[in-house]
Amino acid sequence: MSSNTASIAVQNPAARPGFSLLDRYHPPGDLAIWVFILAELLAFGVFFAVYAVARMKNVELFNAMQPNLDRSAGAINTVLLLAASWCVARAVAAIEHGRRAASARWLVAGIGCGAGFLVVKLFEYAAKFAAGINLATNDFYMFYLSLTFFHFMHVILGLVILVAVWLKTRAGAYSAADHHGMETGAAYWHMVDLVWIVLFPLVYVMR
Amino acid sequence: MQYKSQAVAKPYFIGALALFVAQILFGLVMGLQYVVGDFLFPHIPFNVARMVHTNALIVWLLMGFMGAAYYLVPEESETELFSPKLAIALFWIFLVAAGLTVVGYLTVPYATLAKMTGNDLLPTMGREFLEQPLLTKMGIVVVALAFLFNITMTVLKGRKTAINTVLLLGLWGLAVMFLFSFYNPDNVVKDKFYWWWVVHLWVEGVWELILGAILAFVLIKITGVDREVIEKWLYVIITLTLVTGIIGTGHHYYWIGTPEYWQVWGGIFSALEPIPFFALTLFAFNMVNRRRREHPNKAATLWALGTGVMSFLGAGVWGFLHTLAPVNYYTHGTQITAAHGHMAFYGAYVMVVLTIISYAMPLLRGRAANSNKAQVAEMWSFWLMTISITFITLFLTAAGILQVWLQRVSDNPMPFMVAQDQVALFYWMREWTGVVFLVGLVVYLWSFFVKGEEKAA
Repeated sequence: MSSNTASIAVQNPAARPGFSLLDRYHPPGDLAIWVFILAELLAFGVFFAVYAVARMKNVELFNAMQPNLDRSAGAINTVLLLAASWCVARAVAAIEHGRRAASARWLVAGIGCGAGFLVVKLFEYAAKFAAGINLATNDFYMFYLSLTFFHFMHVILGLVILVAVWLKTRAGAYSAADHHGMETGAAYWHMVDLVWIVLFPLVYVMR
Repeated sequence: MQYKSQAVAKPYFIGALALFVAQILFGLVMGLQYVVGDFLFPHIPFNVARMVHTNALIVWLLMGFMGAAYYLVPEESETELFSPKLAIALFWIFLVAAGLTVVGYLTVPYATLAKMTGNDLLPTMGREFLEQPLLTKMGIVVVALAFLFNITMTVLKGRKTAINTVLLLGLWGLAVMFLFSFYNPDNVVKDKFYWWWVVHLWVEGVWELILGAILAFVLIKITGVDREVIEKWLYVIITLTLVTGIIGTGHHYYWIGTPEYWQVWGGIFSALEPIPFFALTLFAFNMVNRRRREHPNKAATLWALGTGVMSFLGAGVWGFLHTLAPVNYYTHGTQITAAHGHMAFYGAYVMVVLTIISYAMPLLRGRAANSNKAQVAEMWSFWLMTISITFITLFLTAAGILQVWLQRVSDNPMPFMVAQDQVALFYWMREWTGVVFLVGLVVYLWSFFVKGEEKAA
């Protein structure tokens, strides 16, 4: 039988697996994560568009409800996420120069900021739930809770990825020559940050 | 065939095709009943024909998945199947149980069947697609668990690959979600809510994982593209599937008494469900374009590419047509749904099972590929069935649009049955196209017996 040859690739740790045609022009990280990031951005994009349409149809309600949101918590969280993204960018820059220990420290800082976001968000949710607000309260709160919760879940996933990258960094899996995996994780984290930068003004601030 | 125990796939494939024939025959019967209401009445009433049509489809696809698993898991795991004897025994149990269930449907009234099979002990019958008597349902669970045991043990003792991991995830998911068919709350809203956990989370969730795994396996074999590349695509596709498909269940929760936010959640996520199917199309074409060998089985390649295209059109595009709440408000439960159902089931699941059969059957019969003559016949059947299902879908879509207009949009909405009379022309066209489909199926089966010069395995 002839059909089982060439089915296992030669393992070459320096090679970037797959999608070789696009390698010359590739964005940082794996192309697969970019497919995933674009799908995620599309999902949030559609959600934002639906939010805009719902708001247009009921501006008074949205304007009346918006001041009830905790803008300070939102602002703190914006700072935390931007800081986290900066730390992750520093981590990639460090590994590019082969400074593995520094890279790992920057990742820990980034993970810390991301975790801080979750804590702030939990306090915010607790206050809303204590006030008896849920998905059925009205359209505004439905969108507020849905959008922020979907984003919340993405922060958790982003943190899981960053922790995995951090563990691999400590184990010496990345180097100046090969840090493809770290770039891949970083790209996902920046997406999480980007979505929040749109979400926060849209839902908390803009009138 | 590299492992002796892969041979157990053969009876599964043959059994699946036999049930495929039954499914199409009953489809033609009920297709005719749409326009000739008393055709075969009282022997085969519409509700019975419909039940056999849909149930036979589900059972033969399950049989096809099992055959596919028995074929590809030993090869992926690089070890013999844990227990070939168990696999053969399960085949006969499954076939006899399916046969008895159909005999039950056809010979006694449904209510009597329910009484005879202890439905009052644990009422599970009477729900679309889950009409099976309690005993059959329990049989399905036993067969599925024993099958999963067999497959899982094989994977555990052998090589673990992305393909058999994804396949196992899909098959276990399939079994777990089926358990909700035993949960039948009195509250009709809750009933429907959990009913979709079986129906939707099968076809727009875990079955897509099985589809992806089978297609990836066949593509590795026929294209010779690096496993690494194919596995990465597989991971991307299943992630997109689960991200969109799970919350996408909400597109069934618009009008059944569930909270309003499902209109937003369900709309947004299900609107994105075409993406994994589009990725599947790109995947199939990309891999075939980058092939490193010319596999002699051209027919299998055609089926694999066809799966990519038709699943995107049927599940992706035709699903999107009526998935948004403001559209679905008008189209819910019309022939638009039937149009989508036909092309999606054919394009995604029928075609992927025919893909693996097309690839594996020649090998199971001791040759790398069928003779050129046989492959030409098979490709004819591909085009006959694929083009006729496309036209069935188009005719049903036309019927659906007209139905929506006459029955729900116009200033003087017609009652259901009056509107049905108005769309009868499309039902006739659908029925004749169905006959062409049957011809395609006969050509397909005939292609197994066409002789000619074969390539040695």
